[in-house]
This record gives sequence, C-alpha cells and structure tokens, in this order.
Amino acid sequence: MTRPTREVDVLVVGAGPAGLAAAARLAAAGIARVDVLDREQHAGGVPRHCRHGGFGTWTHPLTGPAYARLLHTAAVRAGAVVRTGTTALDWAGPLALDTVGPQGLETVRARAVVLATGARERPRAARLVPGTRPDGVYTTGELQQAVHLYGQRIGTRAVVVGAESVSYAAADTVRAAGAQVVAMVTELPVSQTTAVRAHDARLRHRVPLLTDTTVTELLGHGRLSGVRVRHRDGRSVQLACDTVVFTGDFVPDHELARRGRLELDPGTRGPAVDGALHTSRPGVFAAGSLLHPVESAATATRDGVRVAAAVLESLAGAERPRHTVPLLVEPPLRWIAPNRVAPGDGHPYVLRTSALSKRPVLQVVQDGRVLHEERLRAAVPNRTLTLTAGWTRLVDPAGGPVRVTLTGR
Amino acid sequence: MTVTLNGPLPSGSYDVAVVGAGVVGCAIARELARRPRLRVALVEAQDDVGQGTSKANTAILHTGFDAVPGSLEARLVREGARRLAAYAGESGIAVEPVGALLVAWDEEQRAALPHLAEKAVRNEYRATRLIEPAELYEREPHLGPGALGALHVPGESIVCPWTTTLAYATQAVRHGVDLHLNSPVSDVNWHDGEHVLSTARGTLRTRRLVNAAGLHADTLDRHLGHRDFTVTPRRGQLIVFDKLARDLVHHILLPVPTARGKGVLVTPTVYGNLLLGPTAEDLDDKRATGSTAEGLALLRESGARILPALLDEEVTAVYAGLRAATEQDDYRITAHPEQAYVTVGGIRSTGLTASLAIASHVTALLADMGLDPGPARDLEPVRMPNLGETHPRPHRNARRVAADPEYGSLVCHCEGVSRGEIRDALASTVPPRNLDGLRRRTRARAGRCQGFYCGAAVRELFEGAGA
Ligand SMILES: Cc1cc2nc3c(=O)[nH]c(=O)nc-3n(C[C@H](O)[C@H](O)[C@H](O)COP(=O)(O)OP(=O)(O)OC[C@H]3O[C@@H](n4cnc5c(N)ncnc54)[C@H](O)[C@@H]3O)c2cc1C
Ligand SMILES: Cc1cc2nc3c(=O)[nH]c(=O)nc-3n(C[C@H](O)[C@H](O)[C@H](O)COP(=O)(O)OP(=O)(O)OC[C@H]3O[C@@H](n4cnc5c(N)ncnc54)[C@H](O)[C@@H]3O)c2cc1C
Repeated sequence: MTRPTREVDVLVVGAGPAGLAAAARLAAAGIARVDVLDREQHAGGVPRHCRHGGFGTWTHPLTGPAYARLLHTAAVRAGAVVRTGTTALDWAGPLALDTVGPQGLETVRARAVVLATGARERPRAARLVPGTRPDGVYTTGELQQAVHLYGQRIGTRAVVVGAESVSYAAADTVRAAGAQVVAMVTELPVSQTTAVRAHDARLRHRVPLLTDTTVTELLGHGRLSGVRVRHRDGRSVQLACDTVVFTGDFVPDHELARRGRLELDPGTRGPAVDGALHTSRPGVFAAGSLLHPVESAATATRDGVRVAAAVLESLAGAERPRHTVPLLVEPPLRWIAPNRVAPGDGHPYVLRTSALSKRPVLQVVQDGRVLHEERLRAAVPNRTLTLTAGWTRLVDPAGGPVRVTLTGR
Repeated sequence: MTVTLNGPLPSGSYDVAVVGAGVVGCAIARELARRPRLRVALVEAQDDVGQGTSKANTAILHTGFDAVPGSLEARLVREGARRLAAYAGESGIAVEPVGALLVAWDEEQRAALPHLAEKAVRNEYRATRLIEPAELYEREPHLGPGALGALHVPGESIVCPWTTTLAYATQAVRHGVDLHLNSPVSDVNWHDGEHVLSTARGTLRTRRLVNAAGLHADTLDRHLGHRDFTVTPRRGQLIVFDKLARDLVHHILLPVPTARGKGVLVTPTVYGNLLLGPTAEDLDDKRATGSTAEGLALLRESGARILPALLDEEVTAVYAGLRAATEQDDYRITAHPEQAYVTVGGIRSTGLTASLAIASHVTALLADMGLDPGPARDLEPVRMPNLGETHPRPHRNARRVAADPEYGSLVCHCEGVSRGEIRDALASTVPPRNLDGLRRRTRARAGRCQGFYCGAAVRELFEGAGA
C-alpha cells in the first residue's frame, strides 16, 4: 500500500511558538500552501502547559495557554493549515517527510521545510542520578502537563532539582497541585533566576534553597521515599519526599535533524544554522528551542519571524547564502546560536555559560584577529547571554572559524 | 481465563502449583497447560508477571557456546535457544539474529579465544570463527582502538524478554492455568500428600509443587527442609543508550571472560537502543535493584574503551537486575519425589534463553515422580504485539491505520506507541497493573524523554481505563 502524497509550499514541523509564528508570516506573505503539523492533539507547544504569566509582551502580558491560542489563531487566520495529532516520522526525500495521524499515512512534499520541533528536559536517567526507580519522578514538562492539562494528583512533598527560572515555575506547579516544596537543590552557588523570584520563593513560600548541593541518590521501592543530597563540603543528608522534579538541562528534539543527516552543532546539539536559520541542507530551515534549548517563548517567536523571511527569499529564488563559517565557543561557554556566520548577519546571538562570572568580557576572534569585544554585567549559568551582531561584517568568509570566548572573574 | 488479584484463593486442591511467575515459572506453567486434565496454578508475589529478574537482564538469546561443557545449564541453554527462536517466530516476540563478537583487548584475552572456540565445539556449537583486527574493524568501524582480534559467534541473537514472559503467561492462562497475583508464599506445609501454601491471600492447596521463586528459591526450599544451596544476589547494572546510537554497532560485543571476571558488553536491543553493562556485584540484599555512582562510572569507563562514540550519545535509561547466583556454576534443579516437589533454583544468567527447555525438563521430572499428566494437546498459538524496532509498529502499517485510526494516533512519540496499542494492552489476557507493566507491554514511556511529552497522557489512558 503506497502512501498518498501531499504537495505543499512550506511544511513546518512543530506548532510551538516558533513554528506557528513562521507559518503566520509565510501565509500572510501570500504563500498559498503552508502546512504546520504537530504530534500533540493541540497546537501551541510548551506554552500550552505553562499556566502562568511570563508570556506575551510587557504591555500585553499573557499566560502560556493564552499565548499559545493567540499564535494558533494568528496562523490559522493568515491562512496556514495547522494539522494536530500528526507526527513527522522520517524523511522521504530531501524536502519530503513521511507523516502519520489518525487519518492515515502520508508523504508530504514541500518547496521548503522548517523544523521547529522544540526541546525537552533531560530526565533523571540521562543525568545518571543513581538509586532505585520509584514512582514520583518528573521533569517540569511532565509535571506541568499532569497538573495543568490533566488535573492529575502528584505526591505531597516535592524536591525540585535546579534553581533556574523553569525550576521556580516547577515549584509553582507543585504548589498549585496542593503539595509542598521541601527544597530546591542546585549544584551552583546561587540561584539562577531573578532576585525577586528567588526571594519570593524563599521568604513568602519558605522554600529552602540548597546551593552547592547535588542529588546523589533516589530512594524507595514503589513510591519515592526520599532523595540523598551531598553538599560540596562533603556533608550528606536525606530529604524525605515522595516527588522529585528534575528541571532545566534542556536538550533539543533533534531526531528529524539527525535522521536527515543535517550538520549539528556540538554545543547546542541542534542543527547548525547561519544567521538566516538555514541548516546544512538547502531548503531546510530550523527555528526555536531546537536551536537554543531553551530560550523564552518570545525568542522562539522572533525566530519564527526571522525564518519566515529567509524561507520567502529562498522561495523567491534567492541564492542560498553566501559563504558561512563556523561560529565556535570555548569553555566556560557552552553554546551559541546561531552557530554559523556570514558577513552582515544582523541578528543578535544567544549564548550559555557553565560558570558564574562578574563583569566578564566577550571576545570574538577570527584567525587571531579580534573582531569584537564587549563587557557584560554578569554571566550566570542557565541564563541568556546576548552578543550583538555589529561585528559580523568584519568576518572573512574565506577565513577560519570564528571563536567566541568569555573571560572574567 | 483466570487471573486473580485479590480475595481468597480457590479452595480446591490443584494438581500442580508453580510458585514464581518469572520467565521460568511462566514457561513451566505453559508447558503444563498442554495437559488439559491437570489443574494448574501459577502463584506470584507481585502484581504482574515478570517483575523479578526476568524484567531486567541483557536480553540475549545465547547459543550456550561458552557454558560449562556437560553441565545441565549447557544442555538446557542449547535446547532452549533453539526452541525460543522458533517460538518467537510464531508468537511475535521480537528477535534479531545479530551475532556476537568476543573482542580481545590484550594478549591474555587473545590467547583465550582459541580455547573458547574449542569449548564451543564441546558445547556442540561449531560455527565460531577467529577473526583478525582488520576484519574486526571492517565489521565494527566504531570500535575503540587497540582490539587484537575477536571470536565471531554468528548464532547469538537478541530477544524481547518482556514479551517472552508475557507470551508464556498469556498462553498458559488461555489454556486454563489460574494465575494468582499478589500472593507471596510465606510458608509451606506438606502432609497427607498435599502441600498447603500460606500466602497473603490465604491458603492454597496442591498435590505437587514447583519452586520457581528466583532469588527466593532457597527460602522456599528451606520451608520444605532443604538446605542444598543459598542464593546470592549478583547485581548487574546497565545503561540504555538512545536509539540514535544504534548504528554504532552491528553485533553483540561480548567481553572475553578471564580470571578477573566476566566484563562488560555492548549490545543492541530489539527496541533499537544500545545497552552497556552489566556489572557483577555480589550483595546480600535481594531488593537491591538500585544503581550506584560507582557502578555507572565503571560502565562508562568500559564503554569509553569499547565504543568511544557511545558516550556522546544520550542515555535513555539505567536499570539493574539481580542474578540468582549459588555456590555452584550450574542450575540447581532437583526433584524431591518423597515430597512431590521440584526445586528450580540457581537459574542465574541464562534463564531467559533456557526457559522453554527448563520447562520440559521440569515436567519430565514431575512425570518421573508419578504425576500422570494425561494426554497432551497442541496449544493455540499466541500472537503478541511485536515491539521490535525492525518490525513495523502498527502506526507504520497503512492498512492497519486505515482500518483502525487509533493506531495512527501516537501517544508516546519517542517510541511510536499509538493509542490503539495502549487500548489493546489494557484489554489483554494478562493486563498491566501499573505504568511499568504498560511500558513492558507497549514501550509507552520507555523512550528518550521518559515522559516529558507523554507521561501525563499515558497515565490518563491507564487510569481512565479503570485499571
Ligand atoms: C517547562 C517550561 C517552562 C517554560 N516557561 C516559560 C516562560 O514562563 N516564559 C517563556 O517565555 N518561555 C518559557 N519556556 C520556554 C518556551 O516554552 C519555549 O521557548 C518555546 O515553547 C519554544 O518554542 P518552540 O516552538 O521552539 O518549541 P515548542 O514549544 O517546544 O514546540 C515544539 C512542538 O513541536 C512538536 N513536534 C516535535 N517533534 C515533532 C514531530 N516529529 N512531528 C510533529 N510535531 C513535532 C511538539 O509536539 C511541540 O508542540 C518554558 C519552557 C519549558 C519547557
Ligand atoms: C544483569 C542480568 C543479565 C542477564 N542477561 C541474560 C541474558 O542475556 N540472557 C539470558 O538468557 N538470561 C539473562 N539473565 C538471566 C535471566 O534474566 C534469569 O535467568 C531469569 O530471568 C530467571 O527467571 P526466573 O523466573 O527464575 O526468576 P524471576 O524472574 O526472578 O522470577 C521469580 C518470581 O518469583 C516470585 N517469587 C519469589 N518468591 C516468591 C514467593 N515466596 N511467593 C510467590 N512468588 C515469589 C518473584 O516475585 C518473581 O516474580 C540475566 C540476568 C541478569 C540479572
């Protein structure tokens, strides 16, 4: 039985903020057949289950679900077709994907493909946290869906692993489910969210923050009975709890990118892209958390807008860029996105560091030539660093890789 | 079809009761089900079959090439491998005949290879072949540097251990065996030609008893006055790597056993992952199925040598199983005719492979001690869902999706599990009692995201079914 084939102009995989924003722009610009597919039953991506504020704009603050609806409506109004419950399984050609949904199996051929498949948190196993395998172990994503989308019960006493913004969101969800946050635990010496948020958790909700502390073992048969933690100084204690949430430590959902043998960036583990979000395969673009696991939804939405512009140029027959060179980071920097650069790329870059430093200096160098230097206020792990793009016109497209370093105290 | 979970156990006397619904106990129950005249009970402490050692092994269908020649284990593994391969074919249990390479990393190991080849011949396995480094690296280009050669054992395969246990149990129950779950046996009294088992759900009477209690076979034995052996739990910790790592190897990469121990292997699984492990740690706690920081560090160190690229891949799961080691390097299968009792103990690291052969060996022992089994019948074949990566899952089958759209509606994205498969599992002969049981039947929540995307949805389906 051969699969029916559908022809579209642009196929967008993933109906999160990045995919929906791209589709809305493309359809509004007059592209006739823009298909967005998502394997979930509802469009919107991660914001669907972030039932808290922090989305939208300063003037128009929104909850996650409201933001998801807004983007979905905008895409549909512009004329894009959003097909939910439909999974892109694998490539069927350079610009074609096999899909499946309740309506059956299909091959979708496109003139351009946008991958916007998002990211997930590394679960307990991937972090190699030893111990037994009891019930009650979550990531933020699973926790939020359980509580906000399905109204499921969780335990009564939870430990939250991580102290970045998403960890505080997880703590809020634990409380929304009527449970107590026993402690938040971070290996770093400080929390990695805003001072207001950290104080609020500690003072108003009386959540202890254990810094310089590692979860070394999960305990309990059947249901979780506790976690063992160790402080950097060697002290070890057991925290009694029936729920533990592993937060942060994001990794892109890059299965399609890998199956398609797109070039990946070793830092982000997402597809390597240039400033226009082209991947290594002509006609295939990428956007959102797949490229920078994870930035704010607003950043994903901006990516969507940016990728739409590049797709439009490409459909209009523009030559694929211009020569690009790799953009590499050195430790303590973990990754930068985009991670290939051409002279004149105009959008800022986002980066992540693994070490805390005050007033550090970002330096951009190509073949020993300093292209740019800028002093930052601070660099905190798990928080966004931004590098402006003014220097890209100095890049020699025939030169070696461009390196970004961070030096500081 | 009888599976009971709670309430008192039936009052009448059974002809045979098998204690322990691991892969071995289920295989024995299935074999007994071929005798329609027998009334058979399978009694299990936990709320599902296969929740002991049988759920946590390396899932290799061994040829038995390196068993101790002449041992009972050697014979039963050899026979069992043949039988299980055939049974898997007719039942939909995933098997992949990938073959194994025993890789030598130093002179001592290289020197051992010819001896292993001879030992294989003594175990009636003649297909091994020594291969030189050049061919080895051609077959396995991602192998770490420094390998000095290998022994190729083409007959080694990988198999799905979960479906195997479940297929036996399903077939046994469909042919009249009573499966009593949640029934830990705490004591046994033998008098007037009858065993009276004390369980958490009351007493169960039987004229003949088979002890297939795995790690606890020695305890049950002691209730009947036997002190033939002691089970030492030997822990094996394992790391499961992402499916995207699957192409890094083509064979099971076995370590060469030396005086210093058995070593760590790298093997594909039928689900398309790679496994790294196991460790071998003698413990005294039969519940110590946790992983440890030292164990995982040791595995990563070995993995880095065998297949350096492996460590760049994402880890999907970590687990540990306990082998039922005893004082002897062989199975401890003993008939006690005076008590109408058979002990099936010490089924250590090959019980999955040998299960069907153990079952017929045990039924023969029962017959020897006077059980009149009556006429035999052929069992109706079972068709289990095939969980293998090389077998098209329902959502890849256009005809099935067209006939039943629930198979096109994916719930667990990482593993491609559809709502239809979850529905089917919940309605099956031996249904899952918890999410882990559902995972072993469908692979839902077993993938790389471990529930980030699907956890809540799968729980909803499970709880919605009123399970
Ligand atoms: C727990 C959590 C809390 C957060 N809180 C905030 C916050 O408070 N404020 C904020 O600004 N940002 C927040 N973020 C970040 C924000 O949600 C992300 O930046 C944003 O959702 C990224 O959008 P995206 O479109 O790239 O990916 P996603 O939103 O992840 O969407 C990707 C979509 O692709 C689909 N998909 C993947 N693979 C396939 C396939 N093969 N076939 C079909 N569909 C596929 C998925 O189902 C998903 O719907 C949070 C993130 C997380 C994980
Ligand atoms: C790390 C590891 C790797 C392995 N690799 C392989 C391999 O690659 N190939 C292979 O063929 N084999 C392998 N094995 C061995 C194989 O898994 C075992 O031999 C097999 O699972 C043993 O099955 P069993 O039924 O005897 O025991 P179990 O599966 O442990 O079943 C015993 C059952 O008895 C029940 N029980 C115990 N006491 C009582 C009681 N008092 N009352 C009621 N019920 C009771 C338990 O709950 C349990 O369900 C491996 C084992 C380990 C640990």
